[in-house]
Amino acid sequence: MAMLLGKKVGMTQAYDESGKLLPVTVIQAGPCAVMQVKTTETDGYNAIQLGYDDVKPSRRKNSQIGHARKANTTPKKFVKEMRLPDDVEPEYKVGDTITVSVFAEDKSVDVVGTSKGKGFAGVMKRHGFSGFPASHGTERKHRAPGSISSFASDAGHGGSPKKGKKMAGHMGNCRVTAKSHRLVAIDEEKNLLVVKGSVPGPAGGYCLVRSAKKA
Amino acid sequence: MREPKSLDSLLTGEFCNGEQGNNMVQKGKISTGTKTEMLDAVESKSLRKSIPHFEIGDTVDVRCSIREGDKVRTQVFTGTVIARKGRGINETFTVRRIVDNEGVERIFPLHSPNVVDIKPIRSGKTRRAKLYYLRQRTGKAVRLAHRHSDHTGSK
Repeated sequence: MAMLLGKKVGMTQAYDESGKLLPVTVIQAGPCAVMQVKTTETDGYNAIQLGYDDVKPSRRKNSQIGHARKANTTPKKFVKEMRLPDDVEPEYKVGDTITVSVFAEDKSVDVVGTSKGKGFAGVMKRHGFSGFPASHGTERKHRAPGSISSFASDAGHGGSPKKGKKMAGHMGNCRVTAKSHRLVAIDEEKNLLVVKGSVPGPAGGYCLVRSAKKA
Repeated sequence: MREPKSLDSLLTGEFCNGEQGNNMVQKGKISTGTKTEMLDAVESKSLRKSIPHFEIGDTVDVRCSIREGDKVRTQVFTGTVIARKGRGINETFTVRRIVDNEGVERIFPLHSPNVVDIKPIRSGKTRRAKLYYLRQRTGKAVRLAHRHSDHTGSK
């Protein structure tokens, strides 16, 4: 189980060994600094804290600067914890640097990112409803959700929509995991991971890459 | 009076200008490049090392490998190059030929490993970068006037 923090660079294409042209996303992952090591004795669980992307110390509070100094590094913009199994002693030390080479044996990865925000979206865009006909007498409800409940659905107390009813609302700008994407190539020199398919978030957005939970 | 103390000076003085500080910056430094540089670095690994020189209007032999079940065999497609478009890994070229009075066009990705070889055999005289006008022509009219050129070696 390996994990790295990174930044989505963008999408392009690459040929694989069999001569197929694949759509790929390039992620600049790491090098990540190990900012803190948590153990069962001190924290109740095993984990390491990873930091990615330097930030000017003047842009961070003293507590964060001090925290980074313990790991002999500069404060980081993007900090996340990586949980490790509780029964094994963590093999990392504070101040270690983790690079893309940790994925050398992985065939596929999960990528977690923050999706692009779409604002307040209607049901057609948000949930893929089919809407109503464009013509044949349809008036003012071309993209409407239709009926959301009946009066009888909660007899005696008046109708109320069911919980979880798909309706219009805020869409995007939330954590999304792209699961089991094939790892096409690793560029250790430039710290790049090349992943098949698309990955949530805009180019330049932060993302978290880990070995796929399901291969 | 309180002395004005800027956080910046405090920090730089403390551990960013010192030896340790420099070391620190090195450690967390990310090998940056622009977005294009990074994408090009990935694309360049898929690009063909050497592209044979051919021009629009050339008659070319394109040898492409075709997988049939487990067997891989090479097929030759001969025709006139009527277009070359795209750039980088997206670059393609279009070859047109007439088979049984029916125009056939194939678009080959220039950098595809399945395109084994491109061999120009005859140069044609052209005044356009895209020879789409050949699609309206039939019979003898599809032939381009012959042009002497070194790269095809045809006289």
